[in-house]
Amino acid sequence: MNIMMLLEMAAATFPDRTAFVDGNSGERLSYQALFDNAGQHAKQISAGGYSRVGMLDVSSLATPTGLFAAAWAGAPYVPINYRLTQGEIEALFARITPACVVTDDQRANQFDHVADITTVGRTQFLAQAVSPDATQDQPEAAQEWSMDPEETAVLLFTSGTTGAPKAAVLRQKHLVSYILGSVEFACAEEDEAALVCVPPYHIAGIAAILSSVYSGRRVVQLADFSPERWIELVREEKVSTAFVVPTMLSRIVETLQDQKSADMPHLKSLSYGGGKMPLSVIERAMQLFPDTDFTNAYGLTETSSTVAVLGPDDHRAAAGAEDETLKRRLVSVGTALPGVEIEIRDDEGNTVAPGERGEIYVRGEQVSGEYEGRGPVTDSDGWFPTRDAGSMDAEGYLFLEGRADDVIVRGGENMSPGEIEDVLLEHAAVKDAACVGIPSEQWGEAVAAAVVLKADAKVEATELKEWVKSNMRSSRVPETLEFWKELPYNETGKLLRRVVKEKLSSA
Amino acid sequence: MAILKTGARLKSCVCDGEVMVVSAPDTDIDITCGGTSMADPADASKSGEVNPDHAVGIAIGKRYVSEAGDVELLCVKAGDGGLAVNGALLLQKDTKKLPKTD
Repeated sequence: MNIMMLLEMAAATFPDRTAFVDGNSGERLSYQALFDNAGQHAKQISAGGYSRVGMLDVSSLATPTGLFAAAWAGAPYVPINYRLTQGEIEALFARITPACVVTDDQRANQFDHVADITTVGRTQFLAQAVSPDATQDQPEAAQEWSMDPEETAVLLFTSGTTGAPKAAVLRQKHLVSYILGSVEFACAEEDEAALVCVPPYHIAGIAAILSSVYSGRRVVQLADFSPERWIELVREEKVSTAFVVPTMLSRIVETLQDQKSADMPHLKSLSYGGGKMPLSVIERAMQLFPDTDFTNAYGLTETSSTVAVLGPDDHRAAAGAEDETLKRRLVSVGTALPGVEIEIRDDEGNTVAPGERGEIYVRGEQVSGEYEGRGPVTDSDGWFPTRDAGSMDAEGYLFLEGRADDVIVRGGENMSPGEIEDVLLEHAAVKDAACVGIPSEQWGEAVAAAVVLKADAKVEATELKEWVKSNMRSSRVPETLEFWKELPYNETGKLLRRVVKEKLSSA
Repeated sequence: MAILKTGARLKSCVCDGEVMVVSAPDTDIDITCGGTSMADPADASKSGEVNPDHAVGIAIGKRYVSEAGDVELLCVKAGDGGLAVNGALLLQKDTKKLPKTD
């Protein structure tokens, strides 16, 4: 198994079809050109003796080229967050040597002092040179890629919000299994295009490259997300499908708020994931895009992306439902993909009853659950503890309730911040809300909330506390409730709970 | 006859067909394409013709399974021969359409 095989199949089936379009420069790459370039780079990676191929850059044509060339050469591909500080980047570099790293052109010389790291600017890389000294036009073909399923395809550093980043190991077998299990080969028509606006170091960015290539869909890359540019590109490139994180959809909806409809008739499907989607945002989005199919995808880096989906039919059924159970499904992440099993377990490791809360466990061929230097954290039966808290209804619909570590323990009672946030968000004046546990002498932890109000909305803290009290047990009522202008999110839409906690604890 | 490794690639010796092993049992089996045993791409050399009884052809991207479900192959290069395990032809697997997620 090798992801290169997926590209080989696509290049053989539609060699002249456009595979990637850089949304900034407008440059295009066909499937055959991508395949040929990957082979050229693979030779140079092997000749240079590099054990890893780093990518410290925004999305560009270099992203898929680097990913496939690395797989061809048998060197793990390591995309790195370009927003990290110089010091943080150098610390990660030290863990991947000897490596060649593709950077944006401005940064190409900034790492010359780092041992065993060879950097190359994007422009030069795309002009066929992995190292600055490499000779061009080597005539002989690259060696065949390995079909060993155990070879590491990608190393992805986790965001490391609690300690040093861990490098999640995704082997060829995980990525190929994910694609074979979720995409039908060559299912896209020639005019279909996917807009990818998640960064290259996000698992959804890697999954988008692989699934688009295998389906034969053109990828339009948006390097720096802005709602205006996203809307423009969808219209210009007649984009048919796109993936966004919740904060992106929220900004797109805000930008379109005065319009009756989004006026993007080509956009057949819009999927989202990577964080909790507020009910008000998805409801408004469904009004603005009445003919678009919405899909919610839940997945983790360690599971090679998506493991559960809430499909378009589920969205429509839930949106039009009177029944509370059906209606609530609009905030669920759907049911497990074929080939993936999901269970909810309590602290003792026992499976809980439908509707009960616990930790989400996942099993399947695409599930890696392995970190470099630590081995797999899956149990002997292959189950991966996600550290996500959730519950599942009787029909297998999965509901996320935050990270297992985010549980607030007040006087020995466990409560999920998500439950309290959901109630706050149902209040007409509330735009966004985050609940955390803060140290309390009396209770061990007390509930604290940061609330963002809608524009022009006014409400007192006491009214919101009463609102929670009238909807939940009194232990859930926030003892501290502050109004903030906005909540802290990272660039991929993850709420930075740690930051909320620090700020509310020091209040 | 050989024990097949998941992820391994096999080449037809009588047509252009190539497959990847998606799943296979831990026992010795004989995978044929066009009626002749398939081989590692490095060792495969074309000789002979497609057996007319095994000439159903394979299409790129399609998956082929044994009746018992214990062997599954993915066609990565189309060919004129049909796939068989220990003499029994494999069937094309129906795929279920999934919502686009990324």
